[in-house]
Amino acid sequence: MDAASPDQKFRLLGGRIPYVEGPLKVSGRAEYTDDIKRSGMLVGRLLRSPHAHARIRSVDVEAARRLPGVFAVLTGEKYPTQFGVLPITHDETAIAVDRVRYIGDIVAAVAARDELTAERALAAIRIEYEVLPEYNDPRMGVQKVEFPIHSRGLNGTNIQKEVVQHFGDVDAALGTASHFVRVRGRFSGVTHAFTEPLVTIAESTPDGRLTVWSATQVPHYLHRSLSEVLGLPMHRIRVIKPEVGGGFGGKSDPLPHEIACAALALETGRPVKMLFDREDVFLTNHGRHPTENDVRIATDAEGRILAYDIEALIDGGAWSSFGTVTTYYNGVLSMGPYRVPNFRYRGRRVYTNKPPSGAMRAHGGTNIRYSVETALDELSEQLNVDPFALRELNALPPNSTTINQFRITSTSFVKCLHAARQRSGWDAKHRKLPYGHGIGLGCSFYISGSNSPIHFTPKMPQCTVHLKVDMDGGIAVHCMQADIGQGSNTLMAAIVAEVLGVDLERMHVVRVDSDISPIDLGSYSSRVTFMMGNATRKAAESLRDQLVHAAALLTGYPPERLEVGHERISVRHRPDVGVSYLEALHKAMERSGALLATGSYTSPPMGGEFKGARAGTAPAYSFGAYVAEVIVDVETGEYRVPKVWAAFDCGRALNRLAVEGQIEGSIHMGLGQVMGESMNYRGSRLLNPSLLEYKIPMPQQMPEVECLLVGDPDPEGPFGAKEAGEGPLIAILPAVGNALYDAIGVRFTELPITPDRVVRGMEQRAAAGRTWKGA
Amino acid sequence: MSDPTRLRLTLNGHPLDVVCPPERILLDLLREDLNLTGTKRGCDLGTCGCCTVLVDRRPVLSCLTLALLAGGREVTTIEGVTPASGLSPLQKAFVDLGATQCGFCTPGFIMTAGALLRENPHPSRGEIASAVAGNLCRCTGYSKILDAIEAASRVA
Repeated sequence: MDAASPDQKFRLLGGRIPYVEGPLKVSGRAEYTDDIKRSGMLVGRLLRSPHAHARIRSVDVEAARRLPGVFAVLTGEKYPTQFGVLPITHDETAIAVDRVRYIGDIVAAVAARDELTAERALAAIRIEYEVLPEYNDPRMGVQKVEFPIHSRGLNGTNIQKEVVQHFGDVDAALGTASHFVRVRGRFSGVTHAFTEPLVTIAESTPDGRLTVWSATQVPHYLHRSLSEVLGLPMHRIRVIKPEVGGGFGGKSDPLPHEIACAALALETGRPVKMLFDREDVFLTNHGRHPTENDVRIATDAEGRILAYDIEALIDGGAWSSFGTVTTYYNGVLSMGPYRVPNFRYRGRRVYTNKPPSGAMRAHGGTNIRYSVETALDELSEQLNVDPFALRELNALPPNSTTINQFRITSTSFVKCLHAARQRSGWDAKHRKLPYGHGIGLGCSFYISGSNSPIHFTPKMPQCTVHLKVDMDGGIAVHCMQADIGQGSNTLMAAIVAEVLGVDLERMHVVRVDSDISPIDLGSYSSRVTFMMGNATRKAAESLRDQLVHAAALLTGYPPERLEVGHERISVRHRPDVGVSYLEALHKAMERSGALLATGSYTSPPMGGEFKGARAGTAPAYSFGAYVAEVIVDVETGEYRVPKVWAAFDCGRALNRLAVEGQIEGSIHMGLGQVMGESMNYRGSRLLNPSLLEYKIPMPQQMPEVECLLVGDPDPEGPFGAKEAGEGPLIAILPAVGNALYDAIGVRFTELPITPDRVVRGMEQRAAAGRTWKGA
Repeated sequence: MSDPTRLRLTLNGHPLDVVCPPERILLDLLREDLNLTGTKRGCDLGTCGCCTVLVDRRPVLSCLTLALLAGGREVTTIEGVTPASGLSPLQKAFVDLGATQCGFCTPGFIMTAGALLRENPHPSRGEIASAVAGNLCRCTGYSKILDAIEAASRVA
């Protein structure tokens, strides 16, 4: 099959494939971690720090231990091994050792017979703290501080990571530039707000094994961390991922409570369930970093980009998490979809005494792209060039290399621009709608799977898929890829069914279980469709070859003359001569019984030779161009977004239903960040740790979304596909910001853009004597 | 803790007669005592709608309802609206139109939407959006949920 051919015909792929587990989800029969009960199961609970930054002077758990019904009380010193999702920045412990670093940091864990007893035990724990100065703003931590939050901070500061990159010669380019624009963006932190709270069950059994069920996007990284911290070899730990109720990055770190819960299970010899309430979930956070960025873009007289000069100050919260990656991404993901010949970036991620920030959908790209796309809109204004024309002029061509040596293979960015411009009726609307009514463009670029696995040892593929088929003809599909609602189980099943020509209902996607699922690194960096898809395809082709070989024995025709049809293998151009799928299967099984097939994916070598060169390299990139329409109530500052035209290049969309769902869901999440979501702090204290006070958009606020899937097949993606899980979030934010500019003539560089900021913006514009569209 | 009290109600069409402490929350009764885990616990604060069940055919947040308040009433959970084989037209529409992604909010939406369609068999899109406004979904952006409820209203 030629994956890159746009004319390739499929039976299933490219259509609208309902989720294979859909019937279980709509009937309440899908099993999530909290639905699992084990006999003799105890309740696990955590005691959290009331202080943002303090030394733990003493911990007295004796009274708690003595309470009837309390099975274990654990404090930090029992498992002090530091861990973290990135092997280079291990700075977390399961339970705080000596020091607490944010309000909510875990200081003790209890297992008891029921909730009430567990709560009583927590109340009986006595901890003496010595309160330390709190650092709740990253600016406080960029120079030497008295009590660094971590010893690993740069030179006695709280800087967790500093990235300095310079490609080309920015100063020289600035000297020759004819136009110049600067945007200083400010972004509140936002969080994932998945509906299923974090929850873990752990059970240690007398055979020396530990089983952990957890709501996780990264079962393999959890497996590694459990082993490292608990000191058990990996083969004695079994990690199971039941259905997961959303993640968006919030379940993509191995988390302290998962390890604490397992530690309680080891301590008690009983199963322990640890279910978080919403405040726990908000305090665990790992959401998008509060960020300040400073973006300077220079162009020539026609609008060709000459240079980017960017700084970012990123509020990391208490731990590193993915922060090193975040710091690189805020720079390197700012450039595509454009050609940028000179680039300078300084990014600093600073620890603060706040809940840790981490990876959230479109990690590292969202905030910086808002500022860049806002700057480009401003440049169009200065240059008097249409925003679409400016972007098309600067578009990266297919098969090119960026200044920082990203390998760009497929890009249908220009097709996205054309589709969004035409479908939105842009030319009749931009600057032509009445005051208060506007239209804006925003564009996106995102990795389709991080090229670098987080762990390099041992050297192994990024994804492996196993297929097993026995005489019943059902096909068991095994892989540790974590479906968290995005539809990857369905895609895996559909790829196998497509290659083998069999019905989808023959597929049994087996629940992720480290005892039987070959490793996939997890659901992050928009890697699953690309990497799992390629691995699945290889496994399915290997199984197909076995079946075709058997069909050749039965028909007497050589394998190369046979082709796979619907539940049948027959001679090409002679459909009447052939055998059924089951006949071929049973023939193939004669000698060795059940058939097995395996496939794997390893991304090709890529990237430059300099420090940090791998950050942001990916086997492909997604692109997008969104147009949003806004209507502002110029009295109250409230506004709504009635319509979005979302042109997106995910290569070939293999399941249009899922891709649309990703785009619509991304628009919902992005609209939340641009219109109102914000983790609000007083000092270091999170003020709104509930879904009542942290408001995500309601159905009435959702625009009508027109998805324009215009991508050409990618040469290396499975059947030409690229990612559609994270990139689709990015463009909506600047599209709305730029539409507000078109509506009321105010540039918004601080998110969220709340009605009070809209009113203040209009007042400031009027006070400056500037009119807009006659108002 | 107060003394347990006898609780009698109709659950999914069958009589239920249990002993229940007065402070028992309906959601806990369903999930923990009766093992009806289709009703989801998303926040325990009445903010997400994942725990929606019907009490006398009206949607109710079971995490905010004392179990005893359901005494003498008719309680319906997702298990009670799922046919013995196959799916209801509303459930089928959710599957076919991609209205469920992670699925955690889905039982709550099915309950709320089912109650709406019973009272108002052919609601407008705006009426549907208002009816489900108490149910949060973080995956779908609601578009396909509204599509599915609309489609089911046409089937019914």
